[in-house]
Amino acid sequence: MAEVAATVPETSRTRTLVLDVPGWSGHRAGQHLDVRLTSDDGYQAQRSYSIASAPDDRPAITVERLEDGEVSPYLVDEVHEGDAFEVRGPIGGYFVWEPGDERPVLLVGGGSGVVPLMAMARARAMAGADTPMRLLYSSRTIDDVIYRAELDRLARGGFDVAYTLTRGQPPGWQGYARRIDDDLLREVAWPADGTPIVFVCGSTHFVDAAADGLVRLGYEPGWIRTERFGATG
Amino acid sequence: MSRRLDGNAIAGDLMELFGTEMTVAWAVCRSCGAHDQLAEMQVYRDAPGVVGRCSHCEAVLLRIVRAPGRTYVELTGVASLQIPG
Repeated sequence: MAEVAATVPETSRTRTLVLDVPGWSGHRAGQHLDVRLTSDDGYQAQRSYSIASAPDDRPAITVERLEDGEVSPYLVDEVHEGDAFEVRGPIGGYFVWEPGDERPVLLVGGGSGVVPLMAMARARAMAGADTPMRLLYSSRTIDDVIYRAELDRLARGGFDVAYTLTRGQPPGWQGYARRIDDDLLREVAWPADGTPIVFVCGSTHFVDAAADGLVRLGYEPGWIRTERFGATG
Repeated sequence: MSRRLDGNAIAGDLMELFGTEMTVAWAVCRSCGAHDQLAEMQVYRDAPGVVGRCSHCEAVLLRIVRAPGRTYVELTGVASLQIPG
């Protein structure tokens, strides 16, 4: 069982839950955990959430509320410090970045697909690594950008962030203002001759578009690790 | 319409069934011979069970169906599995 140790509001639709999990074996940046809720009549609902925290920290998940969801409205709006629920994890070994890997890293996140990428950025900062790491982060509007203040703080010493806002931009917006396309990828992505490693996370449509675009830029499919999530809520 | 995800989405179920992390395991597709990690397969889980398909030829690699007290696993489309560790 996991106990909610703290809750952190992120955006109007997302909230981070910091968890105390007895016996937690530690996690790797990019892994997820499964949350299982059981109602009084025995009905169970299970969802996967990416871990947002650095490996040496307690596991924290950032959950986006999906209005007709069974689980996410509870986790975003109702759960309190001290509440407990069942978790399984850490899970996954494919979509994982280790700070010792010296290849330049490109992170591409759509919406709450940024969560496991944030764990990688935090892992890099916590390890004091100087690996070049760049995050391309697509959101609908500025108010949907998760972790913005922390990302801006982290953006130095070889880590930088390129934002694109697809549905509306605040006055004076300096970032990109469209869905990810080949021109945008060409401007942001590391040159292919540096044999970078790429992590792409978001909806299936987003991930396919970004991964296909990177291959057109000359990236080897084997450099690109993808994780697609569905809006199960 | 069924939503297409990938093998990461069933990593927890695979770990429970096989007792180890399986998304990094390499599977050879019996249909086209492609060699991919299970994280890369196409996964549909809106059906009564989970269906995993080859990301190259879309042949069915595996099916997992849970019923009360038991789980059915079919690996008919997998010619071989290489599990690290």
